[in-house]
Amino acid sequence: MIIIEDLVRRFGSFTAVGGISLRVNKGEVLGFLGPNGAGKSTTMKMITGFLAPSEGRITVCGHDVVEQQFEAQSAIGYLPEGAPAYPDMTPVQFLEFIARVRGLKDDAAKKAIETAIVRTGLQSVLEQRIETLSKGFKRRVGLAQAILHDPPVLIMDEPTDGLDPNQKLAVRNLIKAMSANKAIIISTHILEEVDAVCSRAVIIDKGRIVADGTPSELLARSPTRRLDDVFRSLTTPDTEIKAEGAL
Amino acid sequence: MSFWNSTLAVYRRELSGYFATPVAYVFIVIFLLSIGAFTFYFGQFFLTGKAQLDVFFGFHPWIYLFLLPAISMRLWAEEQKSGTIELLMTLPVPVMAAVVGKFLAAWVFSGIALALTFPMWATVNFLGDPDNGVIFASYFGSWLMAGAYLSIGSCLSSLTNNQVIAFVVSVVVCFMFTIAGHNMVLDFFQGWAPTFLVNAISSFSFLTHFNAIMNGVIDLRDLVFFGSLITLSLFINAVVIDLKRAD
Repeated sequence: MIIIEDLVRRFGSFTAVGGISLRVNKGEVLGFLGPNGAGKSTTMKMITGFLAPSEGRITVCGHDVVEQQFEAQSAIGYLPEGAPAYPDMTPVQFLEFIARVRGLKDDAAKKAIETAIVRTGLQSVLEQRIETLSKGFKRRVGLAQAILHDPPVLIMDEPTDGLDPNQKLAVRNLIKAMSANKAIIISTHILEEVDAVCSRAVIIDKGRIVADGTPSELLARSPTRRLDDVFRSLTTPDTEIKAEGAL
Repeated sequence: MSFWNSTLAVYRRELSGYFATPVAYVFIVIFLLSIGAFTFYFGQFFLTGKAQLDVFFGFHPWIYLFLLPAISMRLWAEEQKSGTIELLMTLPVPVMAAVVGKFLAAWVFSGIALALTFPMWATVNFLGDPDNGVIFASYFGSWLMAGAYLSIGSCLSSLTNNQVIAFVVSVVVCFMFTIAGHNMVLDFFQGWAPTFLVNAISSFSFLTHFNAIMNGVIDLRDLVFFGSLITLSLFINAVVIDLKRAD
């Protein structure tokens, strides 16, 4: 459902994504792993059409993200990093706005909003302004917005960041429950999450894929059988980059 | 999802946003107080002894100059600062639809504030026998001019994520458009610039075009001037937003 071919993204002279190719099928939950600044968010921003690729092609459900932007975007639910939402709206108003923009009308909109509210557990805060909500609820509003139109493709940038353990579990269960008939990409740097929800993990470093496989395949790469060690052996720590720069 | 559906959805969200926060009420109160103060204090409305509103309308450009950039400064700068732009631009919404929706909301809002000055109109009709045709033409011209100020402000707001910068630059640019036809400006150019350039500069003056409408003559040239200025500003606005994808 998601096909990425030789994706490159440059910001001036800096190459954030340096040639990524990926295929994500229906039923897969792909965990996007990598240190901060590895290019995870940039890649997601290109899949969702927020940033234009410098080179390469992205196809979502058969639609080229650049050529057929709106068809592709209609098939995607996206939770951007930090779950931005309009602070002056209540969750209900916000979801009504998203439903309208997504072209859902009357009964279909009402039903979609109700389902999203139940799935993300927003019932208790429906009439509060989003700016007054806790971080956990704000994240759930973002999730509700992403799953509202029941998209075949779901892209979530750090969906459990800043949540407490109970909330993390709830979000992971939600992702698992939806995974059967969707192609899902989540980015994270919480390694236990990969084990918990992902059917496949891709580790990227400095804009390139350095490992791709099921969580157990990745574990097999390390003698200690720990994902932390796999991650550390494959990626470049921040401090090392700084040390090189200082020379 | 049609263009106008998206435009309407954005427009409705934006307009209700003004009234969900104190912004609308503060703006309307300040607008009415300042326009009243100018008309009665500085304009000596009662002393002129004439049943007409040109003193009142004469202050509109100067009040708009400072108050409308306060409305337009947040249109895009705030979205870019808070990250909601990423949400908006990954929804299947054409950039131009978002630009037009936001502009329309701001324009209609300024129209509401303007309409609330109706006691002025009621007063002159109570005290004398004014030419209501001229008054309605002036109201229409004033609203059209407000649209021009707002479109310039919206365009400048898209260039920055800092609302203070958006405000200050908008006031300066709007000021230049306002006084372009003033002798002070034209004298500066008259000595050395060719006549066609001097004429071109003076033809960009809001004051000249607004004064023409205030005389009760809605000339096609004035409509075309404000209409094309709004269109051009919004077009540049959309191009700026679009360019940020590839930036």
